[in-house]
Amino acid sequence: MGKTFSTPEVMSDNKTHYCPGCTHGIIHRLVAEAIDELGIRERTVGIAPVGCAVLAYNYFDCDFQEAAHGRAPAMATGIKRVRPDLIVFTYQGDGDLASIGMGEIIHAANRGEKFTAIFVNNAIYGMTGGQMAPTTMPGQRATTAPMGRDTASTGMPIRMANLLGELVTPGYVTRQAVLKPQQVNKAKKAIKKAFEYQVEGKCFSFVEVISTCPTNWGLTPLDSLKWAEDNLLPYYELGDYKVPE
Amino acid sequence: MAKVLMKGNEAIGEAAIRAGCLNYFAYPITPQSEVAEYLVKRMPEVGGVFLQGESEVAVGYMIFGAAGAGERVMTTSSSPGISLMSEAISYIAAAQVPAVFVNIVRGGPGLGGILPSQGDYFQATKGGGHGDYRLLVLAPDGVQEAVEMTMKAFDLAEKYRGPVMIMGDGMIGQMMEPVEFPEDLKSEPSNKDDWASNGMSTRKSKKRNLVRSLFLDPKELNENNLALKAKYEQMKREEVLFEGYNTDSDYKVLITSYGTMSRVCKTAIDMMKEQGIEIGLLRPKTLFPFPEDAVFSAATKQSCKNVISIEMSMGQMVEDVERVVKGQREVHFYGECGGDIPTPEKIIEVIKELL
Repeated sequence: MGKTFSTPEVMSDNKTHYCPGCTHGIIHRLVAEAIDELGIRERTVGIAPVGCAVLAYNYFDCDFQEAAHGRAPAMATGIKRVRPDLIVFTYQGDGDLASIGMGEIIHAANRGEKFTAIFVNNAIYGMTGGQMAPTTMPGQRATTAPMGRDTASTGMPIRMANLLGELVTPGYVTRQAVLKPQQVNKAKKAIKKAFEYQVEGKCFSFVEVISTCPTNWGLTPLDSLKWAEDNLLPYYELGDYKVPE
Repeated sequence: MAKVLMKGNEAIGEAAIRAGCLNYFAYPITPQSEVAEYLVKRMPEVGGVFLQGESEVAVGYMIFGAAGAGERVMTTSSSPGISLMSEAISYIAAAQVPAVFVNIVRGGPGLGGILPSQGDYFQATKGGGHGDYRLLVLAPDGVQEAVEMTMKAFDLAEKYRGPVMIMGDGMIGQMMEPVEFPEDLKSEPSNKDDWASNGMSTRKSKKRNLVRSLFLDPKELNENNLALKAKYEQMKREEVLFEGYNTDSDYKVLITSYGTMSRVCKTAIDMMKEQGIEIGLLRPKTLFPFPEDAVFSAATKQSCKNVISIEMSMGQMVEDVERVVKGQREVHFYGECGGDIPTPEKIIEVIKELL
């Protein structure tokens, strides 16, 4: 029997620095599989964010640029405009994309920039140690919201896929999760579709992935999956928010 | 090529194209929006890229991305906009990719005003963004030099693989002067296989390139900063540009001045010469690297008793002049920075007080 499962070519052999139970590893792999399957590794440029995935370029063996906090969509715009033949993706967390980088992502999406944004939403700042994010749930504890997020003073969590789905400019906007194998399979299809739209030069593509952060949530990996299922998914509904004609 | 009458801002846009820069990203701000209005028409004619970004912050990173992909790229802005781009300039310097920034300086601080100023000297030469980096800064004194320096900037950016700034002012951007364009360069980065993240398939090695500014290992960060420092030292050796005016005379006072201000100073020097008073001018054309030796020798010429830095600022370059004169002569300052440019008559009055 031949080999049925192996490391994607675009994944490096480096061990990741992610915490035990973190779902970044799964999402990295899904992106890598999509790149491999589409045979685009040699013309792909990834953009690393600031946050837990800041070292993403250590785990992908393709060209990479590293952005400042939140600016990945502007860098992707710069690359894609001057080299439309390249395949460009950003990989950003919720502090990066939904807080400091809100302006850059909205305008890139609204211009219909033909790159792919992978948005990992685990409702907290990971790298800096568990501070409140725009996506943190009401009552959810964070180091800068020790009594839990008070929506009276900080507003309600931002739903990025819903927000970008409202833009009139055509695009592909979807929200997926990686809490269960079934969801992982669906997320894989969505990520691949996002890259396919880019390869076809069709539109901006955005995949929000509901993820976990056992370390900063103060939960075990298994409890984290359950917490996300019970608390994040009812608010962050999965599904497509915009599909190109 | 015959001379054409052009507004400074438009001439800078044309110069970029003549230099083979076919990628321009910008955000509107007075007094330089004509560059964008010119290039939105010109870029399609040459198959180039024009994009109006959503903010100067974003434009800074569009420039970073495009530069990282190995393409010639430029943006133009004015003081408050350059403040916002300074974040990206720091990253671009650290990541070592070539990019050209044009600052058509207006009065500050804050919103300041929209009239000409040289109040961004510190920002351009001493930092702006965070960390140990330097900008190579060229300061034209008119439209012709703005064209020549814009074209030269791309070569310098690629030679040193870093950000280069043209520091003009609102006068240079807005005034019309006859200008002659040098021969087209049309070259592009030749060594980009070593560093540009433009797809592995484009290079022989098939090895990936990484454009980054994060070095968590202190030794690695130190090494990167030493590599940057080595480039800045090389700039000091190889790129210093300046002009001396009436410096063959036995001048009693040496003026240091640059850009638009230096042209008014030249008029004042000519007027004083007619009155039998010899005054010299040393005009830095590169603000960094600063013409340290030239300023020192001009200031310490035997006939010279006093040095005065005349600027459209509250006194910025004067600190570099004081630094390099090393107390050998008294260094004075005169400046205005509300947007009015000191007149030759005013300069003569100020100089006469020193005689």
